[in-house]
Amino acid sequence: MNVIEASGLGKRYGSTWALRECTLAIPAGRVAALVGPNGAGKTTMLNLAVGLAAPTTGVVAVLGGWPAGSPAALDGIAFAAQNTPLYKNFSAADMLHLTRNLNRRFDQGYAQARLDELGIPLKRKTGQLSGGQQAQLALTLALARRPQLLVLDEPMATLDPLARHDFMATVMTAVADDGVSVVLSSHVLAELERVADYLILVSRGMVQAAGEVEDLLACHQVLTGPAAEAGRYAERLSVVHARHGGAQAHLLVRTSRTAGMPPPGWEAHSVNLEELTLAYLREPAAGALPGPARAMRAGRAEVAK
Amino acid sequence: MSALTVPARQGENAGPRPVPWRAMAWVTWRQHRLALAGVAAMFGVAALYLLIAGLPMHRAYAPLVACHPAGKASCQQADGTFLSTYAPGVGYVLGLAQVIPALIGAFAAAPVLARELETGTFRYAWTQGFGRTRWAVAKLVLLAVAVTSAAGAFSVLVSWYVHPLWAAGDNNGPLYPTIFDLRGVALAAWTLAAFAIGALAGALIRRVVPAMFATIAAWAGLAFATGAFLRGHYAAPLTSTKAGVNTHRAWVISQVWRSGGRPATLDMIRQTLHAIDVQAVTPGLFQPGPATPANVDPVRYLVQHGYTLVTTYQPDGRFWPFQWIEGGWLLALSLLLFAAVVWLVRRRAA
Repeated sequence: MNVIEASGLGKRYGSTWALRECTLAIPAGRVAALVGPNGAGKTTMLNLAVGLAAPTTGVVAVLGGWPAGSPAALDGIAFAAQNTPLYKNFSAADMLHLTRNLNRRFDQGYAQARLDELGIPLKRKTGQLSGGQQAQLALTLALARRPQLLVLDEPMATLDPLARHDFMATVMTAVADDGVSVVLSSHVLAELERVADYLILVSRGMVQAAGEVEDLLACHQVLTGPAAEAGRYAERLSVVHARHGGAQAHLLVRTSRTAGMPPPGWEAHSVNLEELTLAYLREPAAGALPGPARAMRAGRAEVAK
Repeated sequence: MSALTVPARQGENAGPRPVPWRAMAWVTWRQHRLALAGVAAMFGVAALYLLIAGLPMHRAYAPLVACHPAGKASCQQADGTFLSTYAPGVGYVLGLAQVIPALIGAFAAAPVLARELETGTFRYAWTQGFGRTRWAVAKLVLLAVAVTSAAGAFSVLVSWYVHPLWAAGDNNGPLYPTIFDLRGVALAAWTLAAFAIGALAGALIRRVVPAMFATIAAWAGLAFATGAFLRGHYAAPLTSTKAGVNTHRAWVISQVWRSGGRPATLDMIRQTLHAIDVQAVTPGLFQPGPATPANVDPVRYLVQHGYTLVTTYQPDGRFWPFQWIEGGWLLALSLLLFAAVVWLVRRRAA
């Protein structure tokens, strides 16, 4: 099952395309990170997936085929929006009560235990909670709905490092305990590297690359060799990003599984997630999007030329 | 490479059993209890005032009922004293009560959607399992029913309050503009319309304070246009050319003198009345002079000299038909505005 499946998805606000020709399939059971610079279209993509916005072109289906925003989709997806919108004059207990009333399932015991553990007083107004506590409360509300898919839009943008760590710990506990699928967006990579096993890179409203982190790493390598020869190889290999340091050139390239040994005089290194992501962020025009049909056929995304 | 195929589970009806409607009762109450308390307080204070001011008036009126026979000079004089004592005050109170629907529209209705959209909490509310369309419908229905019923109850009290004045012979009948829309079904209908206007202004403008002002402006424009241009045409007004027509308690729309098939100017009337030393201040207000013969009535004098008084009016018996017409179109308008709000909520992109 794919938790989010988009085909030719596009969204235009006025005359500006926030998202264009987005085709992807995020399989269930992953922690998928949606990474891209500010204004890349991450929020638009998530809004389309949770049914807050309607697509201008294309379709988006969730949880194995339900239209985004349909009752079944709303029932199975819990969404925590950017800047944690909570009713500021509601107490934490009121927010629990409210969310319980607005959903078919709500695990009151879980929610209360979580807030107790986090030291968030039930009687305190949400407007008087710290940023970290507000984010944790929003996350608790979402998880207590026992969703199949948890969608988080920039959940940690306003949190300090400690609060970020605690927040991700809560998410990962839910993943481990309940097998909930997670899609979260961020422009900060560091906090995702340890947790994400699926990556979607977006830039300027387009998906650049999407796939299992493992596959993406396996399909990219850094070639280091004489700068003088870099131009020659750049023509033959698909270079995502080239960096020149003195006489040496570092080329981050896409390779196929059948790729042979590096050319003589060149050294190949495997890449880590940060290098890979930064390379794509630096080259908004680079694209390595696998065909989603292929992704579905193979059961997992594969990056190939 | 084949195109992405979206599985066939498209039917929106095949989804899970929806969250029951009654869940929204608590949600609506918790989110809008301050506004509802404000509405209750406003009606409470207004009702208390009507009781405090109305009870002495009813006590003062009791002896007039007992006065027999009603046509006796002393009874008539008592009625006149009663009216001159109480009528002006009642006029002010009724004028003030006109703003009730506008306040409800601005303070109870405009923030319903504007606050969610302004603070971003719609991203929370519209992604819960309840569903945004049902969420909007439930809130609007519950709040609209609450404020409309309160207004309906209040208008019963207004009828009780003004009753002695009419019984004592006050000339302003039930169709008089500042009382017509406070009695019968009109106050409830105007409150509903103001609520719908407020909800739509909030959904369109998306900010609380501008939406409140827009609500007051739109409601005031509609109420004024209705009283000034529309209500008089619910039924063709009656026209009388009889000078002595009884317009007591009727809503007189116009009264003009005609002479020789043309409207008579004030100068013509003045010239005619000069003969009996009567000064015409307006075509309807005559001031006798020292040389005016004792038993000459200026109106009858004008009729005798070829003038015709053309009176256009709505008789007071049309109160209930007019109430149903006004209530009916306001209800239809409100439903239309509510439909527009729900449509906006459905299509509103984040």
